[in-house]
Parts: sequence; C-alpha cells; structure tokens
Amino acid sequence: MSWSEHLIAVPVVLPLASGALMLLLDEQRLALKAAISVTSVFALLAAALLLAMLAEAPIGRVYALGDWPAPFGIVLVADRLAAVMVLLATVLGLAAMLFSLARWHRAGPRFHSLVQFMLMGLNGAFLTGDLFNLFVFFELLLTASYGLALYGSGTPRVRASLHYIVINLTASLFFLVGVSLLYGVTGTLNMADLALRIPAVDPADRVLVEAGAAVLGIAFLVKAGMWPLCFWLPSTYAAASAPAAALFSILSKVGLYAVLRLWLLFFGAGVGGELLLYGGMATLAFGIIAVLASQELGRLAGYSLLVSSGTLLTAIGIGNAAVTGAALYYLVVSTLGIAALFLLIELVQRSRGPGADMLAVTAEAFGLEAEEEPEEEPGVAIPGTMALLGLSFGCCALLVAGLPPLPGFVAKFALLAAVLDPAPIALTAWSLLALLSLSGLASIIAMARAGVRIFWASEERSVPRVRVIEMAPIAALLALCLVLTAAAGPAMRYLQDAAHALHTPAAYTDRVLSPQ
Amino acid sequence: MELILSLGIGVLAGSGVWLLLRPRTFQVIMGLSLLSYAVNLFIFFMGWVRGGAAPVVQAGAAVDFGRFADPLPQALVLTAIVIAFATTALLLVVLLAARGLTGTDHVDGRESGE
Repeated sequence: MSWSEHLIAVPVVLPLASGALMLLLDEQRLALKAAISVTSVFALLAAALLLAMLAEAPIGRVYALGDWPAPFGIVLVADRLAAVMVLLATVLGLAAMLFSLARWHRAGPRFHSLVQFMLMGLNGAFLTGDLFNLFVFFELLLTASYGLALYGSGTPRVRASLHYIVINLTASLFFLVGVSLLYGVTGTLNMADLALRIPAVDPADRVLVEAGAAVLGIAFLVKAGMWPLCFWLPSTYAAASAPAAALFSILSKVGLYAVLRLWLLFFGAGVGGELLLYGGMATLAFGIIAVLASQELGRLAGYSLLVSSGTLLTAIGIGNAAVTGAALYYLVVSTLGIAALFLLIELVQRSRGPGADMLAVTAEAFGLEAEEEPEEEPGVAIPGTMALLGLSFGCCALLVAGLPPLPGFVAKFALLAAVLDPAPIALTAWSLLALLSLSGLASIIAMARAGVRIFWASEERSVPRVRVIEMAPIAALLALCLVLTAAAGPAMRYLQDAAHALHTPAAYTDRVLSPQ
Repeated sequence: MELILSLGIGVLAGSGVWLLLRPRTFQVIMGLSLLSYAVNLFIFFMGWVRGGAAPVVQAGAAVDFGRFADPLPQALVLTAIVIAFATTALLLVVLLAARGLTGTDHVDGRESGE
C-alpha cells in the first residue's frame, strides 16, 4: 500500500488527534492551542485538496479499515462527491477558525477541540461506506455541534439549543429505527451491499425496506431542514455564535448529502422522488415568505439556508444526472455564500451591541477579564471599515440571491438550463423556474432592505472595530466564490462527473465490493 | 415472546412520545429516555429472539446458524446505548442551564401564558 492509499483516513484521523491533544492542554494556553488547531486545519485542507484531485471518475478510492474486505469490514469511500464535501467542510472550518482567533475562541473553554471534533464527524460522515458508521459519525458531529451551538452561553443560545438538541436526539432515534429495519430485512449495513440486496428483496418484505428507508429519510430531512421539519433551524442558527453558525451552514448539507447518496444508491431515483420534489418546493415556498418576513439579520441568513435546502431537495427529487450536477455546484456556492454571510452579520451587528454584551458577560463568567480586553486591543483595525463591510454584504446578497457576476447566478442558470432541457417541459420544471426566480427576488429585496438600514440609514452609530483576521476569512470565502465563477467550466465538469457516478450505482458497488 | 416484546416496545414508545410532547423539560428528557429504550429493544429484536438454544458450536457437528440470534444488532445496541447515555447527560446539563438562566422549566424558556 502506498502512502496515497492511506490519505482517505487522514480527514478523520487528523482532526481527532489534534482535538484530543488540545483537550489535554491547560485552558490558559490559548496561543498554543490556536497554533495547533490552525496548523491541523491547514494540513487537513492540503489532504482534502489532494483527495479531491486523486478522486478519479467514475468512482474514487476505497479504503478498507483494518484491511477487512468490504461487506464485512467498514470501508471509507472517497468518490468525487465525498471529496468535494470534505473539501467544503474543511474550507468552512478554516474560515470559522481564523475568524474566531480575533475574539470568539476566548469566550469559553474548548472551542478549538469542538471545531476539530465537528470536522472529524463531518468528514467521517462524508467518507464512510457503512450505514451504522454513518450514524456514529452523525452523532459525533451533532454532539460537537451541541457544544458549538451553546458556545458563548447566554439565555437565547441555551433556549435555542435546548430545542435543537431535543429535535436532533429524536431524529437520531428515527435514524436507528431506519437502520435496524433495513438490517433486519437485508442482513447487511454496507451501503454498496445494501444497494445490491435491496432490489433482490422478496416482494413481501419490500414494504419493510421502503418503510425503513422512509424512517431513515426523516432523520436526514430533519437535518436538511425540509418543511415541515425545519422550524428549529433558523432560531438555532441565529442564536449561535458567528463562527459556529458559519460551520453550521454545512450541517444541513450533511442531511442533503445523505439523502442524495443513499436514495440514488438504494432506489436509483425511484421510490420517494415525488416526496423530495414536492417537499423541496414547499420548503422553497416557505423560505421565500420567511426571508421576506424576517426582521433580524441572523434569521434572514437562517431562512436563506432553508431556501438553499429547498432548491437542492427539489433538484435532487427531479432525479436527473444533469440536474444533480448543477445542484452540486449550487450546493458548494450557496454554502460558501451563507457561511460568509453568517460571519459578516456578527461584524455588522457589533456596533449594535447584543453580541458584544454577551461576550463581555461570558468573559466575566469564565474569569477571563484579566486577559487583554478585546475592545482596547491595539490589533490592526481596517480603515474604511464600513465601506468594506458594505461591499462584502453586497457580495453576499448577490451570491445568495443568485445575480451575476457571482457564481450564485451561474449555479441557478445551470440548474434551470438542466431542468428545462427536455423538449416537453414538465409542470414541475415550470414551477421550479417560478420558485427559483421568486426566491432570488425575495432574497434581494430582503437583503437590500437590511443593507439600507445598516449602511445607509443616517442614524448615529459607532463604526464597528473590525480586525484583519476577522475580515480575511470573509474576503477569502467571497474570493473563492469569484474563483468558482471564473473556473465555472472545470468545476461544473468535475461535479457533473460526480453526479453521473451517483446516478450509476453499479460502478460504486463494483468498486467497493470487488477485492482490490 | 414476540407479542410481549412488541407490546413492551409499543408501550415504551407511546409513553415516550406522549412525554416528549409535554411542556416541562423534565418530562421531555424522561420521554427521550423511554423512546431510546424502545428503540434499543427494537434493534435488539431485529437480531431475532429465540429461547432454548445455547450459542455453542460443537466441533464436527453440522451447524444450523438459523438457530442462533444474530450478534450484530447486539453490538449495534451497545453503541446506541453508549451514545444515548452521553447525549442524555449532555441534555441534562443544558436543562439545568436553561432552568438557571430563564427561571422556568418550560421548554420554551417562558410560561405559555406570558
């Protein structure tokens, strides 16, 4: 086995090791922890990039843990979709981590370990080829996310997290019921093996398999935020601290990833497609109304996330490889855009105070006031802060609404082009066209309204103190989006290949189950 | 045996769902615990339950694997129990924090009349 064979395990092992190492360090040694954490995430980024480059079409690499062959042992599978998701998670982790270095990582203990464990859970969930292993990684990332949702404490966070935790624990129980039903009928937990055995199931037991898959689907759709399972999402995300919320923007994509992967693998775009299609449309419609109705910026971002979830669910539900490819591009772009928005909101609202007040309170509670006071720090503040923030906010608005020149437009255009491609255009395609255009309109109205209130209204306000280390991750995320516009061709081809691989499950099962 | 187990799971799950929908945080956590017992039993049940057959394979004799319970769901249950235990402990801490911060044990952090 060459070194590159072991590369697949790196995205799981590296964050686990660095997160565990930081647990052993004393709480006062923040600088050392930050150094370990940032180094580890940069190494992870390199590994994820390498993994994405090495993931050949149609199906990437398979890594048998402990060298136990596939249906018996647990495998990690790095195909293009998994590699892209790992890369996306790592980029968001890096952005959140750098952003937190300015002040947030001081607001409570164990921030860096929580982020690392969350990255480990995310990467594991994307890479695993085993259903029960997926459950374990889901639980890991959720447990870390409970910690991050509560991070910084304060009444609104605790109140929102209570709902968040209870709902996700219930969803985990659904997950277990679904897994055990599937296991009871098919006798396997390996995803590739399940894909082979499900079509061969005795017709009398078929209904049990479909019920199991439906129960499993509920667990994923709660995470993805499909209407009517989504009411917990905006309040939790709005209440979470900025770096945590930015990381959470990929959390709903984990649910979508699991739906996409397992649905296509088990049922090949068959059973349940209508549910995804109409559920996605309902989510989209709910998101549009909610975006227009939301007053706070945090909730606006949360509802934008629901709009993106709805769009993706509808596109997945159409069950066509070309549409799925465009949807994957939209997934990457919208996740980056919304993460940047969550980070930006904290900076914009700093002058208004609620977040800052809470920070001061928690710093007191943890006895951290002896340390340097963030407000009086001489750190490099940026001149023309408001102009820069306004520009970034405008970019986020264009990205979320899907207007040129940012890649939100390319993504929506590709999606609609793929949906409207076959000559007799179906009614669902027209409704998706209408909903997508409406969602863009609603987003731009809501964002413009918020932007005018913040940046142009003449009321007296203090200019927020923003440090380079806080602005840099936002600028980097937006720059990455610009790169994705410039390189839309190659990126789209890569993701189209990923989508075609998803729509031909035979290649996946052959690769996983054939002895190497 | 199967009827007793099914009824047991049903009663546990039903009480769990009812408690989960109650407004007090303590009732919610009890409901979640009952539900997770129900789900654990359910997974266990998937490995099949039989009595009277010792899980011993005699050397040389032909083995009928259909007589034995499947050990894999038992391993899964073990994992599920550990995870449920940890998350319940975490939830308890959050409940206490919420009680302390909001001054009420209502799940929304305020009494419904307010």
